[in-house]
Amino acid sequence: MMIDAIANTGARCLLVCQLIGRSGLFLVSILGWGKGFKAPCLRVIKQIHHIGVLSLPIIVVAGIFVGMVLALQGYSILSSYGSQEAIGQMVALSLLREFGPVVSALLFVGRAGSALTAEIGLMKTTEQLSAMEIMGVDPLKRVFSPRLWAGVISLPLLATLFSLLGIYGGAFVAVNLLGIYEGSYWANMQGSVLFYDDVIKGLIKALVFAFVCTWIALFHGWHAKPTSEGISQATTATVVQGSLAVLGLDFILTAVMLGGF
Amino acid sequence: MSQKAQVFVECHHVGFHRNDKAIFSGLNMSIKKGQITAILGPSGTGKTTLLKLFCGQLIASTGEVQIDGQDIAELNRAELFKLRQRMSLLFQTGALFTDMSVFENVAFALREHTNLPEHMIRDLVLLRLDSVGLRGAADLMPSQLSGGMARRVALARSLALDPELILYDEPFTGQDPISMGVLVNLIRQVHEDLKLTSVLVTHDVKEALSIADQVFILAQGKVIGSGSPEQIKQSDNPLVKQFLYGHVDGPVAFHYPAPDLAEQVLNDD
Repeated sequence: MMIDAIANTGARCLLVCQLIGRSGLFLVSILGWGKGFKAPCLRVIKQIHHIGVLSLPIIVVAGIFVGMVLALQGYSILSSYGSQEAIGQMVALSLLREFGPVVSALLFVGRAGSALTAEIGLMKTTEQLSAMEIMGVDPLKRVFSPRLWAGVISLPLLATLFSLLGIYGGAFVAVNLLGIYEGSYWANMQGSVLFYDDVIKGLIKALVFAFVCTWIALFHGWHAKPTSEGISQATTATVVQGSLAVLGLDFILTAVMLGGF
Repeated sequence: MSQKAQVFVECHHVGFHRNDKAIFSGLNMSIKKGQITAILGPSGTGKTTLLKLFCGQLIASTGEVQIDGQDIAELNRAELFKLRQRMSLLFQTGALFTDMSVFENVAFALREHTNLPEHMIRDLVLLRLDSVGLRGAADLMPSQLSGGMARRVALARSLALDPELILYDEPFTGQDPISMGVLVNLIRQVHEDLKLTSVLVTHDVKEALSIADQVFILAQGKVIGSGSPEQIKQSDNPLVKQFLYGHVDGPVAFHYPAPDLAEQVLNDD
């Protein structure tokens, strides 16, 4: 009984190690670019359309609303200290440092990550990946690499857009609904937001999230069982693990960045 | 030339296991250059697995598979991909790339492996599509094709790079009599026009015997009968007979292995 429990735990640990190893090797083999410059570029651009451009509606709407809500909440807290004029900097800092990268990464996993997993899982189920392999074309380079790069390029841009629209959404609520003087909203923001510490660090976060989320999505697609049940499980796994990875990594990155990096 | 040069695919005592279940054990087979070879066998005997062994997608657990004299298990990834450019596999479902048009599907291998100018690719693709009678369908998407048409497009696609060996996985399954006839003719015509080595894996006995030069019958992980279609038809092997004439019961039992019915029904545990 006891021995069984230990053996099971050991087996599970081995499985986890195996999974880490496999996904690492997988990552190494999809990092390539492929032959030439123009053709892979066009493929990446096509994928940026699928992954990034088609995620725009959800990012735009979410960005504006998150900004507006931040302004409302910020106002009610700050006004109790009489410092409601600082609302501009509060909205901008929370968006650039946290909400922009994190919320857009979460939306990205749900919108683009799940789509990637399902698409690739289905390509596998319908033997399109095998067909490609048998035609002497490596699907890891032809199908996966462009998607990885497209994800890595798209999410930081989406996160930037998210923060930008959030700041405008916040300005709308603060100035037009709450009656904050417009000049102080922007001036406070300008005075307190630092380019490296806030903007660049936020972008670094988004970049890391983009990389990890796309990797997770592609890996689950590649390893999906070729059945409808398998694809549904893989898609779920992408969203769950992707979201958790984003939140966990956010903690680590924030700790490192606030620690003086 | 020696006899060795006449053989394109050689299986030597091939064994293959999946989840502890032996799919092949001691399978021997040699497929001659320039012939149409049909591999027949009941469903579930691992015919598709055999084709995957030929392409190196799976590796035999014992024995060796040689393609044109090269042991496929000893090739590295680059050599394997190079070898695969000389062969092609037609999947049961067609496996067309669903995000590309028919034209782009056929052009795929040409774009990947050659640096031909666009107008030349266009001409080649249209010629290939014409040879399967689907030049008019070049701009359709795979989802707009019928099953038979999809298979013909897949055939055009697999011929794009002028392979030497072409493997067909169940080309006739689920086809109406007309498209069946079209496919049988196409396979024969393509074989003669391009001087291919063709391997058909199928369980459609009549069609297979009508076009094959050489036939292998697989069952229980082994080759149970081989020879020309005439020799096969005259075989005394009860297993071969059961398969050729479709008897319900025989050496291949109707029932999947199970405990005694009375015992299982009456026993409540």
